[in-house]
Amino acid sequence: MNKPKNMSDIRKRAFVKSIPIMCSYIFLSIAYGMMMQNAGLPWFYSMFASAVVYTGAFQFVLITFLSSGASIATIVLTALLMNSRQIFYSISYIETFRKMGKRKLYMIHSLTDETYAVNYTIPEDEDREDVMFYVALYSWLYWIGGSILGGIIGQLIPFELKGIDFCMTALFVIIFIDRWESTSNHKPALLGLGASVLCLIIFGPQVFMLPSLLLVSGLLLVSMQLEHGKKEGDE
Amino acid sequence: MSTGRIIGVILLSAFITFGLRALPFVIFKGDRELPVKVQLLGKRLPPAIMSVLIVYCLKDVRTSFMENGIWELVAVLVVAVSYKWKHNTFVSILLGTVVYMLLLAFT
Repeated sequence: MNKPKNMSDIRKRAFVKSIPIMCSYIFLSIAYGMMMQNAGLPWFYSMFASAVVYTGAFQFVLITFLSSGASIATIVLTALLMNSRQIFYSISYIETFRKMGKRKLYMIHSLTDETYAVNYTIPEDEDREDVMFYVALYSWLYWIGGSILGGIIGQLIPFELKGIDFCMTALFVIIFIDRWESTSNHKPALLGLGASVLCLIIFGPQVFMLPSLLLVSGLLLVSMQLEHGKKEGDE
Repeated sequence: MSTGRIIGVILLSAFITFGLRALPFVIFKGDRELPVKVQLLGKRLPPAIMSVLIVYCLKDVRTSFMENGIWELVAVLVVAVSYKWKHNTFVSILLGTVVYMLLLAFT
């Protein structure tokens, strides 16, 4: 089957997939734009930071750095610590992104917690890479758009929308259940759960992500080593 | 802070963040075959990371249990049960989020 691609259909699929990200990103980035504005940094700085840095939590910390004038060393170290989880996301997509030609660099840049999770649910059909690209593009535009909006009209928005970012938690829970039901190998999911709860208790909510990912990757490698020789194959 | 310095700090942050995202691609550059272990790790990481992300979203449940932590757990339960029942992504996201927002607004 080698029919020409139906791009509007692909964009529609991508848009539907990106709706939960939209709910989360638009409101979070409006809050970001507002906070930037309040710190004396107008919308064009928010737009610029959102377009080129494009990472949730760290951008919020960056506001304080920009308004208080933190040292370069502090900024570098914080960026490294808060964003190193991205390394683990890339590992799953090395082969997929390699196939994406010119889009590869953009796909690397636009990899976030949310696009990682959503793109993981796209079935492996002939349009997979195209849908992934548009999910990434739309998510990035939501984030930039909200940042601009927050800077310009932030004060006009009634902030009774508290809790709307729960849609992302809901999406993660749904993806978790979906994947749980589609496989008989629950070891990775359980190791992830155990490792992250353990690290949360030991390291606290601020910094537990990186140790969790390191621990779970280590455990996965060890369990693969143990399986080696017993049987080959996966899933 | 001067405009130049602000732009500089943003660009520096962008550079570091992109560098971290690109690191695995730099380590395994070109088109050569990935080591089997890395391929397998790449396949098994997503379900594990999904668990980590859920825990990340609920990381403050313990410290703010009486304010909104408990409602977060209730909303997660709503999502899980409704999804198990109907298997409809949008219905479950909408239901869970609305329930959570209402619980926050009226408590």
